[in-house]
Formats: sequence, structure tokens, C-alpha cells
Amino acid sequence: MAMGKIKDCNEVVSKLYEFLDGELTEERKLVIREHLDECSPCLEAFEFETELRAMVSSKSREICPEGLKNKIAKLINSDGREVQIPSE
Amino acid sequence: MAEQATFSDQALQYADALYAAALRMTRNAADAEDLLQETYLKAYRAFGSFSEGTNLKAWLYRILTNTYINIYRAKKRRPEESDIEDVEDLYMYHRLGGLEAVGAGRSAEEEVLDQFNDAEVKAAIEELPEQFRLAVLLSDVEGFSYKEIADILEIPLGTVMSRLHRGRRALQKSLVELGMRKALVSDQG
Repeated sequence: MAMGKIKDCNEVVSKLYEFLDGELTEERKLVIREHLDECSPCLEAFEFETELRAMVSSKSREICPEGLKNKIAKLINSDGREVQIPSE
Repeated sequence: MAEQATFSDQALQYADALYAAALRMTRNAADAEDLLQETYLKAYRAFGSFSEGTNLKAWLYRILTNTYINIYRAKKRRPEESDIEDVEDLYMYHRLGGLEAVGAGRSAEEEVLDQFNDAEVKAAIEELPEQFRLAVLLSDVEGFSYKEIADILEIPLGTVMSRLHRGRRALQKSLVELGMRKALVSDQG
């Protein structure tokens, strides 16, 4: 095995999160991509993790209630000394 | 130096994301509202010390996190590291792999992911012990880098990575258990 080459699937999987998080150097990323090109079980696992993360992110979104946004805007305005408190 | 007058324009665009984080942190709407108001007020007052051109979103998250920790962590002091049960890498993927064995097909895993609704995913995140929950939120939901998370939570980079690693595995375990209750995932294997 040449130096710097990924040894096996376990090693690739151990770098999965850093790879998906964009935290690997270009060189390390390339080594992982090369492995994924040739290893469909690892590729499937990586794709699953990518989909899982997208699912978790998209299904945990919230919209800040308008009332709360307005309260915050008022709070900020009335806290400023130079800023006039809007009359109601 | 940032101009206070421009604070609202710049900072309120993150209200939805910060509100989501506040909800996941406090796990109830009333506390999340208080936390968000407190965060914006503190941020407004400190805005003069924010260096324009640096990461405003990360700065706001840091204030949110500190405010949350100061107000709410005092309420309960229990060790949380120990109550997270570790599972192996690719836990969920391997558990779903059983579906293929019974002939459910290639897209079976994706179909299972589609079956979870928003409330279930939010509950699964909220079940995570606090330290892991914050790391997972900041990375998987908000997309901050390890370095940004280290700055926001004021912890070393290595700690960010280990909390993320364990938090993600715990989240997978929780989703698999939920899937079993919904009979999406077989309890064998």
C-alpha cells in the first residue's frame, strides 16, 4: 500500500463526518473521493449520511413569530437613547 | 466598529434561525421567546464592540448560547456526558440495511427518512443531552464550521469533534428507536 493511501473502508468511514463537514484538506478529500468512486458500499453509506443530515436540517426549521419579531424591534428601539420610542 | 443604527437591518434577518436554536435549547416556546429577546437586547447593546465584516451570525449565536447557558444551565446541574449511550458508526444506515435484505429495494433508506415528520425530528434533537445538542444544532442545522462552533461554545476544536461525533450517533439511535415505534425499522439486526 502506497504511503498516504487510504487503507480500507473503516478508515474512510472514520473520516466521514469530517468529509461531509468540509473539514478535510483538498488532498484528503481527493483520497476519499477516489475510494468512493471505486467502493459502492461506502458511497451508499456516505449518500445516506448526506440525506439524513439534509432531512434533519430541513425538518427542524422554524419561523420566528411576527409578534416576537415586533417585540424585539421595539425592545431595540426603546433601548437606544437617541432613538425615539415610536408612539402607538 | 459597528453602527448601532444598522443593528436591526443586519441582525433581524437571523431571527428565524436563532428562534429555532432557542427552541431546541429551551424546549419550550415561552422560554425561547424570552431567550431570543434577551439575546437581541444584549447583542444590540454590545454591537459597538462587534467588528464589522466579521461573522455576525456566529457572533449572535455566541451571545445566544452564552445567554442560554447563564440563564438555564443554573437550573439543572446534572452530569450529561454519561447519559449518552454510544453506538457504532453508521448505526442508522446499518439498521436500515435490514430492509434491503427483505427485498425492500435500493431507495428503502430514503423512504424511511421521508416518514419522519418535523415534530419527530425536532423531538429527537431535543432529546439529546445539552452539550451534544448544541454541537449538533450548530453543525448539522446551522452549518457552522468546527472552528466557528469552537468559538461559539468556547471549547477546544477536539471537543467540538467528539461532541459532534457522539451527538450524531445518539441522534441516529433516537431516530432508529422512533422508527421502530412507527414500525419503519425492523427491531432485528
